[in-house]
Amino acid sequence: MSAEPLIATSTPVGDEAKFTTCYMCACRCGIKVHLKDGKVRYIEGNRDHPVNRGVLCAKGSAGIMTQYAPSRLRKPLKRVGPRGAGEFQEIEWDEALGIATEWLGRIRTTDPKQLAFFTGRDQSQALTSWWASEFGTPNYAAHGGFCSVNMAAAGMYSIGGSFWEFGEPDFEHTRYFMLFGVAEDHASNPLKIGINKLRQRGAKFVSVNPVRTGYSAVADQWLGIRPGTDGLLVFALIHELLAADKVDFDYLARYTNAPWLVIDAPGKAGHGLFARSADGRPLLWDGAEQRLASAMDTAVRPALVGRFALPNGSEAVPVFELLARRFLAPEYAPAAVAARTGVPAATIRAIAAELAHVAFEQSIVLDIPWTDWAGRKHATTVGRPVSFHAMRGISAHANGFHTCRALHVLQMLLGSIDVPGGWRYKPPYPRQAPPGPKPSGKTVAAGRPLGGPPLGYPLGPEDLLVDDTGRALRIDKAYSWEAPLAAHGLMHLVIANAWKGDPYPIDTLFMFMANMSWNSAMNTEGTRAMLADRDPATGEYKIPRIIYADAFWSEMVAYADLVLPDTTYLERHDCISILDRPIGSPDAPADAIRHPVIKPDRDVRPFQDVLIELGVRLKLPGLVDAAGHARYPGGYADYMARHERAPGVGLLAGWRGSAGDKTGRGAANPRQIEAYIANQGFWTQPIPDEAKYYKHANLSYLAYAASMGFVGEPKPVVLQLYAEPLQRFRLAADGHGPVTPPAAERARIRTYFDPLPIWYPPFEEAAVDGAAFPLHAITQRPMAVYHSWGGHNAWQRQIHGENPLYMHRDTARRLGIADGDWVWIVSHHARVKARARLMTGVNPDTVWTWNAIGRAPGAARLSPDAPEATRGFLLNHLISELLPVQDGGYRYANADPVTGQAAWYDLRVRIERIGALDTAVDLRPLTPGPQMPGAEAPPTRLRYGAEFREAP
Amino acid sequence: MTQLPDRAPTAKKLGLVIDLDICVGCHACAVNCKEWNSGGFAAPLTDFNPYGADPAGVWFNRVHTFEAGEGLGGRTVHFPKSCLHCDDAPCVTVCPTGASYKRAADGIVLVDEAKCIGCKLCAWACPYGAREYDVGEGVMKKCTLCIDRIYNETMAEVDRVPACVSTCPASARHFGDLGDPTSAVSKLVAERGGYDLMPEQATKPVNKYLPPRPRQTGCGSAPAALRDDAAPLAPEGLFLKWVDRLLSR
Repeated sequence: MSAEPLIATSTPVGDEAKFTTCYMCACRCGIKVHLKDGKVRYIEGNRDHPVNRGVLCAKGSAGIMTQYAPSRLRKPLKRVGPRGAGEFQEIEWDEALGIATEWLGRIRTTDPKQLAFFTGRDQSQALTSWWASEFGTPNYAAHGGFCSVNMAAAGMYSIGGSFWEFGEPDFEHTRYFMLFGVAEDHASNPLKIGINKLRQRGAKFVSVNPVRTGYSAVADQWLGIRPGTDGLLVFALIHELLAADKVDFDYLARYTNAPWLVIDAPGKAGHGLFARSADGRPLLWDGAEQRLASAMDTAVRPALVGRFALPNGSEAVPVFELLARRFLAPEYAPAAVAARTGVPAATIRAIAAELAHVAFEQSIVLDIPWTDWAGRKHATTVGRPVSFHAMRGISAHANGFHTCRALHVLQMLLGSIDVPGGWRYKPPYPRQAPPGPKPSGKTVAAGRPLGGPPLGYPLGPEDLLVDDTGRALRIDKAYSWEAPLAAHGLMHLVIANAWKGDPYPIDTLFMFMANMSWNSAMNTEGTRAMLADRDPATGEYKIPRIIYADAFWSEMVAYADLVLPDTTYLERHDCISILDRPIGSPDAPADAIRHPVIKPDRDVRPFQDVLIELGVRLKLPGLVDAAGHARYPGGYADYMARHERAPGVGLLAGWRGSAGDKTGRGAANPRQIEAYIANQGFWTQPIPDEAKYYKHANLSYLAYAASMGFVGEPKPVVLQLYAEPLQRFRLAADGHGPVTPPAAERARIRTYFDPLPIWYPPFEEAAVDGAAFPLHAITQRPMAVYHSWGGHNAWQRQIHGENPLYMHRDTARRLGIADGDWVWIVSHHARVKARARLMTGVNPDTVWTWNAIGRAPGAARLSPDAPEATRGFLLNHLISELLPVQDGGYRYANADPVTGQAAWYDLRVRIERIGALDTAVDLRPLTPGPQMPGAEAPPTRLRYGAEFREAP
Repeated sequence: MTQLPDRAPTAKKLGLVIDLDICVGCHACAVNCKEWNSGGFAAPLTDFNPYGADPAGVWFNRVHTFEAGEGLGGRTVHFPKSCLHCDDAPCVTVCPTGASYKRAADGIVLVDEAKCIGCKLCAWACPYGAREYDVGEGVMKKCTLCIDRIYNETMAEVDRVPACVSTCPASARHFGDLGDPTSAVSKLVAERGGYDLMPEQATKPVNKYLPPRPRQTGCGSAPAALRDDAAPLAPEGLFLKWVDRLLSR
């Protein structure tokens, strides 16, 4: 045997390592970036970081290939050909900023709402929404309306927090975990870390999802539910629990509005509102003294059922009674919903029994004394160890708001919100349900700021953004009668509305990281056509000017008039602010920064710096001082450290105060960013033990939250089984109050603004012919790619370079389709071609594919024969942004009627087999891809890293 | 023909234990492996047509997803696969030049690129398909068990594990000495019934897979239902009961 070769086993990883925050998806994990010779050698998870604890997913691990992707933009671009042709000229930054300033300046001094500023997967919304407000346009939102606003709004109006990333299951203690409609992301690594803890401990894990991939594959029980019926399943679980008298009455009486009295006076202006004392406090019935009492009195014995006279002669009924009558109705019995949901009645009944068993027979007691809002001292902390998490699978339906509300009601009935083993808030949540502020934008004035944030939470019709005739004031019709609680705006309608000039034409569409010509819009091809459409009378584009900021050569770039090239996430400052979506954990708030760990090798600039520079050039009041000088000459990093929202409250909570020794509240610290960099890019601080649980009602926590600036005052958050703001809209539909809906909208408002959860079939399903479109079609988010849009990434696209259409074997057999056959997927709106793959782990009435894989030929600088373009497809092409024509000829948005959430999971299709694949079959609706100017051809062989290898 | 170490099997057997109970198929292990090794001992891991049709690169670790069983017993399996560092490694004995070898000290199977002529006999011999030929470099490559991490004295002790183990978000991957019955990985294998992949091939793989735990169809002593479904629901009776329930606050 010959001697083994000597191996250098102790080569240093790189020359240096820097800590920053990942941006390969929405999770915001801490990363340690190793650099060698100025290039990225290796990215790993930061072991000390509160989000990911050292682990890193496939996306984060592929960051190198995003950093060095040939599709990275090089320089600002000015369109020289027609829109969509991708003909550009490279220009200097000064010219680009000059053009943008001229366009935007003209709008601002005449009519600021002529600017529609929509940002995509923007993690700097604390800046971008503030900038829009300073500019004076109400037409601002990020992508939440397209993403999961049902989840956010239903949570905020119910419990003052929400799923998404505003809380998480107590993975340390939970013994029963139900996951609804989550395939990946929100949150990516924390969920994987958490699910492992459950498996190690033997906690039961039930996944409700039409498709058995990812998390569902490791669940104890997979419920392959029919899309859009999750609400019915939750209703049936609640029905069973109530019927068996298995709810946590003490929790309901203390922490929810279950005992609050609701006026029962049909036809009267107060019907359905809470009975209130003269000073406006909600009332309950004190069964001990047989009298009305304030709902916040502690020396009472609240009645949960009954009918009680009010001083004005009306009668009132406790919320709990109304709720119990709703859910005990026979149509919500397990046997009544089994066929529709596809979940057998026996399974539903067993899960209800298991939830009750774990919540009430296996309650856990932690040796943590605490004091509740009423001053009662509890010697221990009691938990109901059942927990829930849900995302788009229930959210992206037209009935998603109410489905999500029903899930929160289930949590409240089980007494499992913010208790050990339950679902828990992540600070700065909880806030009041709903939290403030209200949306701004009722008045828009030339040259003036908006006076408040564009997005917020209406409490009633008077907070809507509509004119005297009921017409929408925002371009996306958010906060109009069509989408009254549109807390995240409606990015999916901006282009269609602007193109139609409904409710009014705009001058400039300014977007950031929002690929509307690809995966961030419904009706993708129609959207492209609208972006390129001209007014035949004038020859001008219907949307006159489009500015787009992105780091990559994408489908949307081709439609922009002016392209502002962004840096990658490794090349810029960013702020993971507590004012935006929180990171951290229920036990410890946290925030973080990004900072440049490498220098850009091209003429690109961080979008946030550019936005601030534009604001200075436009002389926006928040960005220039009285003399017109920049308030934040150091750009975004300077803004992150020195901008204050309220005295002492800024974007970052750590190292505040002039000496850097304050947290939460404290004077701005000019050296704050340095402090973050010195502390691995993040700040976190544990909540004291006695403040950790029952945060909505915990005196210590509420005081702590107020001291930190998370909430204005330390008031308890009463959980809202009954959402009174919705009833105010209903009353308006009955003609009460100063702001009432147009006649055509009244029935819709009356139906969908029920203050208790309801269930109804998804709109598209109800509107199309069930025989012609017998199947549901949905997407799942591939774990290795989703949210990093990895088409430009050489490693990610080797994992998911094409996406077949998956369907159940039995369904395929019935349709005569074999594995590998080419098929047409046909909706009421359009058709696309796909390759069928057969499986068993899918609801038989459902077909599905991976999301965001198919690309336009040439996009992301892939060769036109790339599988993404030839074999991949987007389901978006099949989804109309509008519903089919309704009575009266109007086409409502394909959206939830409460929030405007895009209802892309409502899609109904049929599958048609294509005989032999005809290569002449048009690959429509993909459009020919343009070419990026000035760049070398992408390499055909990639040897990245060869230069790092040590000579033997 | 290359010989295995004199004292085959080696006393020390470094390897991986992969837990199929918790692998959610996220590909973190595969991509982090690619990332580490692209600049490491066997760099580069060439990618052909990285932006074109049929992109194909060298990956030391790949995740396969398939379904097994039907109906209630059916499951989706995520199956990560890399070199199993076999005791009786056919890729070593088949090598005509001595390029493929199994280290006597720790049992890791490596390729000495200086001796590799790219004949691919090892790839044919490996029943697991774990070898990766780098067409660009003309040599065979494979999982090194991150030999440039596990002994790397410039790294913190806690980081001296293969990249796939360090990064796995679900902690489904474990690294250690499977030749030592007292090691954490050996105990894990014993506790969980860890098994050899394709034992009939007689390669004696060092890496082990942990089978999925039995799924809980019920939940402890929870009853199958909360009430008798045959009995009609009488809500008024419930409401009468609730009227009498005075709650304390």
